[in-house]
Amino acid sequence: MKGYCGARLFRLQTILQVWERRERGRGGLSAIECGAYRHRVIRAVVGKCETKLPTPGLSLRLHAMDEEYDVIVLGTGLKECILSGLLSVNGLKVLHMDRNDYYGGESTSLNLVQLWKRFRGDDKPPESLGASKEYNVDMIPKFMMANGALVRVLIHTNVTKYLNFKAVDGNFVYNKGKIYKVPATDVEALKSTLMGLFEKRRARKFFIYVQDYEEEDPKSHEGLDLNKVKTRDLIAKYGLDDNTVDFIGHALALHPDDSYLDEPAMDTVKRMKLYSESLARFQGGSPHIYPLYGLGELPQGFARLSAVYGGTYMLNKPECKVEFDASGKAYGVTSEGETVKGKKILCDPSYLPDKVQKVGRVARAICIMSHPIPNTSDSHSAQVILPQKQLGRKSDMYLFCCSYAHNVAPKGKYIAFVSTEAETDKPEVELKPGIDLLGPVDEIFFDMYDRYEPINKGEEDNCFISTSYDATTHFESTVQDVIAMYSKITGKVILLFQVLDLTVDLSAASAAAEE
Amino acid sequence: MAAPAANRSNNAKLVLLGDAGAGKSSLVLRFVKNQFIEFQESTIGAAFFSQTLSVDDASVKFDIWDTAGQERYHSLAPMYYRGAAAAIIVYDITNQASFDRAKKWVQELLVQGSPSTIMALAGNKADILDARRVSEAQRYALDNGLLFMETSAKTAMNQRSSFKANQHKALQE
Ligand SMILES: Cc1cc2nc3c(=O)[nH]c(=O)nc-3n(C[C@H](O)[C@H](O)[C@H](O)COP(=O)(O)OP(=O)(O)OC[C@H]3O[C@@H](n4cnc5c(N)ncnc54)[C@H](O)[C@@H]3O)c2cc1C
Ligand SMILES: Nc1nc2c(ncn2[C@@H]2O[C@H](COP(=O)(O)OP(=O)(O)O)[C@@H](O)[C@H]2O)c(=O)[nH]1
Ligand SMILES: [Mg+2]
Repeated sequence: MKGYCGARLFRLQTILQVWERRERGRGGLSAIECGAYRHRVIRAVVGKCETKLPTPGLSLRLHAMDEEYDVIVLGTGLKECILSGLLSVNGLKVLHMDRNDYYGGESTSLNLVQLWKRFRGDDKPPESLGASKEYNVDMIPKFMMANGALVRVLIHTNVTKYLNFKAVDGNFVYNKGKIYKVPATDVEALKSTLMGLFEKRRARKFFIYVQDYEEEDPKSHEGLDLNKVKTRDLIAKYGLDDNTVDFIGHALALHPDDSYLDEPAMDTVKRMKLYSESLARFQGGSPHIYPLYGLGELPQGFARLSAVYGGTYMLNKPECKVEFDASGKAYGVTSEGETVKGKKILCDPSYLPDKVQKVGRVARAICIMSHPIPNTSDSHSAQVILPQKQLGRKSDMYLFCCSYAHNVAPKGKYIAFVSTEAETDKPEVELKPGIDLLGPVDEIFFDMYDRYEPINKGEEDNCFISTSYDATTHFESTVQDVIAMYSKITGKVILLFQVLDLTVDLSAASAAAEE
Repeated sequence: MAAPAANRSNNAKLVLLGDAGAGKSSLVLRFVKNQFIEFQESTIGAAFFSQTLSVDDASVKFDIWDTAGQERYHSLAPMYYRGAAAAIIVYDITNQASFDRAKKWVQELLVQGSPSTIMALAGNKADILDARRVSEAQRYALDNGLLFMETSAKTAMNQRSSFKANQHKALQE
């Protein structure tokens, strides 16, 4: 250790002691082995070759924690992982940490043991449910539109090659106490039992108008400027009744409430087109796809992308405290007594609770069942939208069902979710209309979680905070948030809808064909 | 359904696991490009390779996954070994800790992984025999039903056969 002394060596030794205590505490290495490693680390650091050391964990962590990063990302939720991946691909030096010892944060998927631990404390899951590891229960369940923004990001970044997707069987809407398949094209409209004979014909005309509508082709506009005409007025032109409007607005255009009726019709028309384009993509019964083994695979896929492009990953880092200088700018993150420097901090709301505000609350029920949702044509995966008006609520309610067909449960088991933006403090009562549609359940868990959004300005404090996964949103707004944050952090703009070549095939296509 | 083992078109996912520095990336490089680079820095943008091998008259296209360095701070995602037809768990014969880590990987795969994943244990850096620290590996492999061999990415000893042995087994299953 000749010639190498002073504060840096002292710090190194302290860190090594902390490491040894931890390593031996968890029954990893013996005292002798630890000693040998301490020696090697110090020799290597003195010789300035720290990266070459094959020490598990520490020598390299020491190196990693000594560097300065362009961006330190806290939390491995889907948004943080997509951003981490995009930033690394863009050549920025990224350190990504999570306080948990698993990927996904709020958007993880849990096995049975983890699910019980979260909702039932010390109880153990009953054996009749099968092996714990065969369950992948999403904490933020969503389907992906086959032609939607998330799929574009997946293709753009090539993360598709790490994952397998499969088409979702069915998409349904609740109307006057019954469940109907959502008709999305002129042909389906004619077949649907959701509408009477004359209404079908009117709906068919409207669908044809939407299908033929091209923004660039004024002939297809039939004299209407959809940037000015309100949705309500466009619909009135076709004389559609309220029930039809309800399923078009909520089940096809995916509006969470009725405010769209007084907005320009362009947005709704585009959403309807997206729906039918997504539906056409896999010739399945729904416009949705979903990854095998659950949504928890998505953050892991993007984390791998980030790592492949040089991002450094550390799970199980307690605390992760963001450090600020006198002028209130963040300059680093402290965990286990070490502070890593970073020019920018990117995190989910839980890492900077003082810089976010509560904006809403989601109520949900998670159910394990031994049958599909009744009246959904035995779909192994499906969603049912219950428009707010049908229930006399302010926001829609959603049923989501997935099963062993997507490898999220053992053979014969189904996972169903009922969720909505909470309007009361009693999820059991509030969610009842949805739960009643499920039939008997093996197990049910109720949950409420708060949604937050940032109140800071990234340019002032170097902190970039994502918005919580929102009840009234979906992957669309997830991706919008990601793209906005990416622009704020890098000053660059992603034009997803222009650059991307959707002819690139997803593995979903083949998975769907296998059926 | 996506079966973990080699499928109809004989596509198989093969993953490398093991401590940082054990020589995983070097073994892949040797296998795919037949090269060895002494002070290889982790290559950015390359952690996914394809290689077709034929044994008798069947051939298997391996999608070979490298860890992209995520093993370094014990942060490898389970997605990594999900659905793998084969896993090569690599340790460094001159480093006891890397063998201990390899045993932990075997346990994790046994508990969390798919039962149809074929596991092979590779004691790498067999070219530096005089610094050997690990000798109980063969016994351990036998006890746990793993394929076993000592390899060297440096001299190319046995490394091709370690991939082949996996493939043989993958075809039989
Ligand atoms: C409590 C709650 C639970 C929910 N549960 C489910 C569920 O279980 N399953 C489910 O499928 N959906 C659920 N939703 C709705 C879901 O969030 C999305 O509306 C739906 O899944 C859209 O799919 P996507 O996010 O994959 O679309 P994306 O891949 O994000 O693509 C959507 C694309 O369509 C257009 N678009 C569609 N909808 C919108 C919109 N609302 N705003 C702006 N543009 C839009 C955009 O052009 C966008 O690019 C739930 C919503 C709530 C409030
Ligand atoms: N002597 C010797 N060195 C090796 C061998 N395999 C790898 N190395 C060296 O070990 C170090 C780590 O190898 P690497 O492939 O990066 O390990 P990884 O972290 O497991 O991917 C590098 O310096 C390699 O040159 C081998 O068979 N013999
Ligand atoms: Mg490597």
